[in-house]
Amino acid sequence: MVNPASDPSAILDLPAHEQAARLRSGEVTARRLTQAALERVHAQEPALGAYITFMDNQALAQADAADARLRAGDAAPLTGIPVGVKDLLSTKGIRTTAASRMLEDFRPIIDCTVVAKLRDAGAVFVGKTNLDEFAMGSSTEHSAFGHTHNPWDLDRVPGGSSGGSAATVAAGGVPLSLGTDTGGSIRQPAALCGILGLKPTYGRVSRFGVIAFASSLEQVGPFGRDAEDVALLLQAIAGLDPNDATTAPVPVPDYTAGFARGLDGLRVGVPRDFFVDGMEDGVREAVEEAIAVFERNGAVVDRDVTLPTVSAALPVYYIIAPSEASANLARYDGVKYGFSYHDASTMWEEMEQTRGRGFGDEVKRRIMIGTYALSAGYYDAYYLKAQKVRTLIRRDFDAALADHDLLLTPTSPTVAFRLGAKTDDPLAMYLNDLCTLPVNIAGNPGMSVPCGFSEGLPVGLQLIGRPFEEATLLSAAHAYGALTDWHLRRPPARSEIPL
Amino acid sequence: MSLTHDEVRHIARLARLGLAPEEVERFGDQLSTILDHFQGLNAFDTEGVPPTAQSFDLTNVERDDAARPSADRAEVLANAPRTEGAYVRVRAVLD
Repeated sequence: MVNPASDPSAILDLPAHEQAARLRSGEVTARRLTQAALERVHAQEPALGAYITFMDNQALAQADAADARLRAGDAAPLTGIPVGVKDLLSTKGIRTTAASRMLEDFRPIIDCTVVAKLRDAGAVFVGKTNLDEFAMGSSTEHSAFGHTHNPWDLDRVPGGSSGGSAATVAAGGVPLSLGTDTGGSIRQPAALCGILGLKPTYGRVSRFGVIAFASSLEQVGPFGRDAEDVALLLQAIAGLDPNDATTAPVPVPDYTAGFARGLDGLRVGVPRDFFVDGMEDGVREAVEEAIAVFERNGAVVDRDVTLPTVSAALPVYYIIAPSEASANLARYDGVKYGFSYHDASTMWEEMEQTRGRGFGDEVKRRIMIGTYALSAGYYDAYYLKAQKVRTLIRRDFDAALADHDLLLTPTSPTVAFRLGAKTDDPLAMYLNDLCTLPVNIAGNPGMSVPCGFSEGLPVGLQLIGRPFEEATLLSAAHAYGALTDWHLRRPPARSEIPL
Repeated sequence: MSLTHDEVRHIARLARLGLAPEEVERFGDQLSTILDHFQGLNAFDTEGVPPTAQSFDLTNVERDDAARPSADRAEVLANAPRTEGAYVRVRAVLD
């Protein structure tokens, strides 16, 4: 009879920091925990579609190496912990697709810095998770390798672009995963799947080896099921990287050091500009109740805060991000790597067919928006104008956070929407990111934590902080998590997503 | 504003994107809607406001000019669609 307390499948349901404690005590081995995670993610995959590539053999080898470290007393906090990795992050020798036909068979010759750091920490990679192609989207429907489904309702999207990473953590396949966030791609899927997700300050985490979409906006960040786990993963990936000149020479603090602080005296701003038209009533009510929890527990809540330029965030984002994308994606020419079309009569025709056939619709749309915004005669009216308004948005955040420790807003104006509901209307899809885009434009850190349900689907509360003050967000999220149990709710048990 | 099919084809050509006729029509309508939305920026006065290219103001990050091994040629070429010997093979640029 297996002792239920040391059943690897039951241990897999615990937060990563508790799994780590049981690995260190010898109650479970990394191999048995990894086997439990692999069994679960494979069993859930037909219903969830969370992964593009599984890494079973490598994961078991990493698990054995982790067990050796654990036995030798040489374990780091993440040694032996199963992790999902967004398939935008280069993994040496393991195909890295960006969910695009263009990179269907691409095998990077390097690990990106964050993957290398986790490898050194002894984490175990179970697989590469699904995303919107090149991280362009809010639903994971723009993937060349199938849709990811929301574990709370399989007919609904998990959000995006890091939808696979969010869905597999929400469904209990792994306790932690990595995503990237260019306009909300960690926070929005975290909200829609009922877990936590954090976008670090621009420059906090290395982008070296991350397939580029919009270089001035994007950051790699963690998903987890409680604040301590999110802190643990951020701790492992943050910091200066000689291979990424945009990483900041700012010391990385201990992200759990302030966890005893609580909410008392915390100065919280609630900017009304984020409670946008079209926000669902159930979302508004859940977020208001969360703010009331802060207030009842000693936070000083100021509702007289406004960031008037936030209404410009959508056009600013959809000029700057596609402009950077059009330049970054110029490298996919069918010559050096990736999909290559060979049956045209000239070199230029081959390149146009390579790109026309290799990229999906949303990627083509954004390349064209960016190309147009940067083209002769339109540069000043679009790109330069957007960069100037970007300065105004930064100034608004600086002013709002000058006398507040953090801002509280909804993460997404809606709960998870139905698959297919917005795929024919790009602008409607873009509007889903209204509350998260401004934070990337300004560069500040942002986090989503579960704060309730509407129509049986999770709602996320967004915490926005000053640059490089992720610790403030994490300690507030930890305190809120101790006062509420929203983050402990799991999707309804069903046969398609077995635990 | 509304993009003509010729404008869509011009943008696609600048981006070296081969589009099917059906895509020219569909993207034309969608891009016009998106560009219309951009007009909202004109409501913001940016007279004298400097542009932001990157939110964290680092400049001139330097490293030592030290020699170090570069990528392994065989590994790099393994990803190339067409190779010949130690080279990536391309079509003739001038026919």
